[in-house]
Amino acid sequence: MVTAQTPEVQVIDCDLVIVGGGGAGLRAALAATLADPGLDIRLVSKVVPMRSHTVAAEGGAAAVLRDDDSFEQHFEDTVSGGEWLCDQPAVEAFVAACPRELSQLERWGCPWSRQDDGRVQTRFFGGMRVQRTWFAADRTGFHMLHTLFQTSLRYPSIRRHDEFFCTDLLVDERGLAGVLGVDIAAGTPVVYRTRAAVLATGGAGRVYAHNTNAGIVTGEGMALAGAHGVALRDMEFVQWHPTALPGSGILITEGCRGEGGLLLNAEGRRYLQDYGLGPPEPWPRPRAMELGPRDRLSQAFWQEERAGRTVATPQGGAVLLDLRHLGAARLAERLPMISEVARRFLGIDPVATPIPVRPAVHYTMGGIATGLDGETTLPGLFAAGECASTGIHGANRLGSNSLAELLVFGRAAGEAAAAWARSAPARAGGSLQRDAQAHAQHWYAQLTGDRSAGQPRVAELRTAMQAAMEDGVGIFRDADGMQRACQTLGELRARYSAGLALDDHSRHFNTEWLSAIELGHSLQVAETIAHAALARRESRGAHVRRDDWSARNDENFLVHSLAYCDPEGPPRIEHAPVRLTRSAPAERSYGGAGARVTLD
Amino acid sequence: MTDGDAIRLDVLRWHPDRPAAPWWQSYEVPYRADSTLLEALQTIKDALDGTLTFRWSCRMAICGSCGCMVNGRPELSCHLLLRDLAPGPVRLEPLAHFPVIRDLVIDQQDFLEKLPAVGAYLVPAADAEAAPDTPSRQTPAQMAEYYQYAQCINCLLCYSACPQYGLKPDFLGPAALALMARHDADSRDTGGSARKAARDAESGVWDCTLVGHCTEVCPQGVDPARAINRNKTASARDYVFDLLMPGRRR
Ligand SMILES: Cc1cc2nc3c(=O)[nH]c(=O)nc-3n(C[C@H](O)[C@H](O)[C@H](O)COP(=O)(O)OP(=O)(O)OC[C@H]3O[C@@H](n4cnc5c(N)ncnc54)[C@H](O)[C@@H]3O)c2cc1C
Ligand code: SF4
Ligand code: FES
Repeated sequence: MVTAQTPEVQVIDCDLVIVGGGGAGLRAALAATLADPGLDIRLVSKVVPMRSHTVAAEGGAAAVLRDDDSFEQHFEDTVSGGEWLCDQPAVEAFVAACPRELSQLERWGCPWSRQDDGRVQTRFFGGMRVQRTWFAADRTGFHMLHTLFQTSLRYPSIRRHDEFFCTDLLVDERGLAGVLGVDIAAGTPVVYRTRAAVLATGGAGRVYAHNTNAGIVTGEGMALAGAHGVALRDMEFVQWHPTALPGSGILITEGCRGEGGLLLNAEGRRYLQDYGLGPPEPWPRPRAMELGPRDRLSQAFWQEERAGRTVATPQGGAVLLDLRHLGAARLAERLPMISEVARRFLGIDPVATPIPVRPAVHYTMGGIATGLDGETTLPGLFAAGECASTGIHGANRLGSNSLAELLVFGRAAGEAAAAWARSAPARAGGSLQRDAQAHAQHWYAQLTGDRSAGQPRVAELRTAMQAAMEDGVGIFRDADGMQRACQTLGELRARYSAGLALDDHSRHFNTEWLSAIELGHSLQVAETIAHAALARRESRGAHVRRDDWSARNDENFLVHSLAYCDPEGPPRIEHAPVRLTRSAPAERSYGGAGARVTLD
Repeated sequence: MTDGDAIRLDVLRWHPDRPAAPWWQSYEVPYRADSTLLEALQTIKDALDGTLTFRWSCRMAICGSCGCMVNGRPELSCHLLLRDLAPGPVRLEPLAHFPVIRDLVIDQQDFLEKLPAVGAYLVPAADAEAAPDTPSRQTPAQMAEYYQYAQCINCLLCYSACPQYGLKPDFLGPAALALMARHDADSRDTGGSARKAARDAESGVWDCTLVGHCTEVCPQGVDPARAINRNKTASARDYVFDLLMPGRRR
C-alpha cells in the first residue's frame, strides 16, 4: 500500500544484484561480468565501495608463495588454527586458489610490498609455520579494495547504486526474486527484480561495544538471509584481536608481531610464556609466543588482567606492544600507518615508546551457511566474504586468511551467480511489487516514532545490546552469563518491536532511521551468537567456557552449529557434522616445536 | 581546558525541505582531550540531536568518509583531536565547493564520475592479465615511481582546498589527476595513451594554477600538486613531440 509516509516502490529489472562493495562484493561483480559480459549486474552498497570496511584491513593476505611453503602446510595451519572445526574440503579448495587470486590482484595493479629483486615479499602472521602473508605495507586492505574498485571501473556492465541501503530480500515460489532497499539520499524505496543475488555485506563486529570494526559492520546481510530460513553457521565463534587500542578499538595489526614486536605485561615480562606459548627467545619462532593464534593470545590477556598485571589506562587495562627494537627505518617501511595511528591518537612514537593494547572484537567466524560456490539453501541466493560461512575458519580464523577468502570465494560466488542468472527464468508480475510495498511500509512506519510514548532512542537499545554481549558472550563464557545475555536480548527484541523514538522524521539521508533499521538486524544476529554459544557445551577455539564445559569435546561437539532466525522469538539451534578429509582432530599445540627463523 | 568541561561546536546545517537558507546550530558537548571530533559528533547524534547528519565509517582516517570544513579548513573529523581544537568554539561546515545533500553530507557524484573518465585504473598488458598464476615482478625502485600517488583515500579534502575547482567544477581536480599519474607511472600499465586525451583537455591538467593548497591539506601525503606537475611535464612533452613528429604513434 502506498501511504502518506511510504512512497511507491520503484521497480528496476536486472539479472544479478550484488549487495556490498567491499572486497568480496567487488570481486564477485568482476567475476560475474568477466564470465558473462552480457548480464545486467547491479552492485549496491550502503557506502561508496571504497569506503567499505575492507579498506581498514592492515596486515595482509595469505597465499603459498615461498619455496619452503606448500598447500599442505597452509591447510594444516588453517585446520589446526580452527581447532578442527573447519570443513576440510573447503580449506583444500581455498588454499589451492589463493596464489592465483592474489596474483590476479597483482596483475590488476595491487602494490604488494616487494623484495629487492621485484618478487613479492611475505611476512609472518600468527599461527603460521612459514611466512605466507602478502602485504602492501600495513595498508593491505586499502590497496586491495582500491585496486578492485578501480578495476571495476573498466566494466560499464557493472552498474552501481552507491548509498543504497538494503532492508529485505524478497522471494517467490522459485526462490530469490528481489532485493529491496532505500536510496539513502532521496529516501525512496527501490526494489531490484532479479534472478540472483550475492550477499557480500561483511561481518557483525558492531554488536559488541569494543571492536576494531568500522561503524557500518552491523550484520544486516546475515539477518537478511536468516529471515528466509537460511542457517547462520558457527555464530558463537567471534574473534577477539589481541592488540587494539583501549577505548577506540582501533586495530594495531598482527603484522607488528610478524615483524618481531613483543608483548609485555606491567612487570615487563613476556607473559605469553606463562600460557604454553614459550619459550621466550629473542628471535621470532613461528606459531610461538607473540606469533601464537589470536584466541590464545586474547585469552592470555584476560588472565593477566584478572591477575592485576596490566597497565592502567583511562580506557581500561592494557599490555604493552614493544616495537622499539625494530628501529625507525623498518617501522617507516613496513608499519607506517600503525606508527601514524600511535602518534596521532596516543601521542606516542613507537620508535621510542611501547603501545598500550588490549583485545577487541574483530571478526565474525560464522555467517550465512554456503557451499563452495557461495550457494545457500535459498535458490538464487549466494553469499561471500565475512558475512558467509564456507567453513574455512572453524573455531578460530587465522589472520590474513580473510582477505584471501574475499577473493577466492567472492570470485566463486560471482561466477556461480552469473551462471544461475543466465539459466533462471526472468521475474515478472505484480506480486513482487506488492510484497515490496508491504515490506517498505514496515520500515517507513518506523520514521514516525517519537518520544511521546516514552520509547527508547536508537543509541539506548544499541548500547544495551552491546553491553549484554560484552558481559555474557565475551572472551570467557559461562552458562549463567550466556543465559543472562539471551534473556536481555529477548527483552531488547521486544522493546525494539514496540517502537523507537526518532528525532528525525524526514526521508532525506536520514542516518538515524538507517541506524534504527540496522539495529533490528543486529539484534537478530546477536541472538544467534548468544544462543549458539549457550548450546555449545564444550570449549574450542574462540569459544571458551569457565563452567563445567571448559574442555574440548570431539565426541559430541565436533559439529557446526546452525542457527535459524525467528522474527518473534529466539533462534532455533541445531548442529551438523563437520566434513573431515585428511586431518584427524589432534591436540592443538603452539610454542616449543617451531624452528628458528631469520626475518629478511 | 580539562576533561568534563563543555566545548561548543557550531555546525552549519541545511535540509532539502528547508532549501531557502542554511542555518547555524550550536551544540555543547563534554570535552575530553583524547576524543576525536568525530566522537563529539557521534555524541550529539546519539544523545542530543538525532537529526544532525554526517558520514563516517572507519574512524581511523582510511575510508575517506568524514571530511568537512573545520574552522575553515578541510579536515577528516576522525583524525582531529578535541585537544587540538580547545577551547573552541569549533566551526563545522560541509566540504567547500560541493553541492550539499544535507548538513555535512556532500554530493560526491562529480568525483565518482571523473574517475572512469580519467582512466583511474591500471590497464595491464593483455597477456599479463590473462595468465595470473604467479605475480609479475616490480622492483622497489619501480614502485617508488607511483607509490605516493597510490595512497589517495578519495576523501576530497583537496577539492575543497582547490580554488580552481571552486571556480570551474569541470576541472578534473587534484585527486583525479594524482590517480592518473599513479597509473601512468606504474611499470605494469599500458593505458597511458587512453588517459592522454583527458589530461590534455581544457579541463585537464592545464587548468591547475599551481596554488598547492591541495598538497597542504592532504591527510595521506599524496602530494597531488607534484602529480599535476608530472602530468604537465608529460603533456608538454607530448605537445612538443606532436609538433616535431606529426603522426607519431604513442
Ligand atoms: C581493522 C581490521 C583489520 C583487518 N585486517 C585484516 C588482515 O590484515 N588480513 C585479513 O585477512 N583480514 C583482515 N581483517 C578482516 C577483513 O578485513 C574483513 O573480514 C573483510 O575485509 C570483510 O570484507 P567483506 O567484503 O566481506 O565486507 P566489507 O568490506 O565489510 O564490505 C561490506 C559491504 O557491504 C555493504 N553493506 C553492508 N550492509 C549493507 C546493507 N544493509 N545494504 C547495502 N549494503 C550493505 C557495505 O556498504 C560494504 O560495501 C581485518 C578486519 C579489521 C576490522
Ligand atoms: S589526494 Fe589527498 S586530499 Fe585529495 S582525495 Fe586523495 S587523499 Fe584526499
Ligand atoms: S571515518 Fe573513515 S576517514 Fe574518517
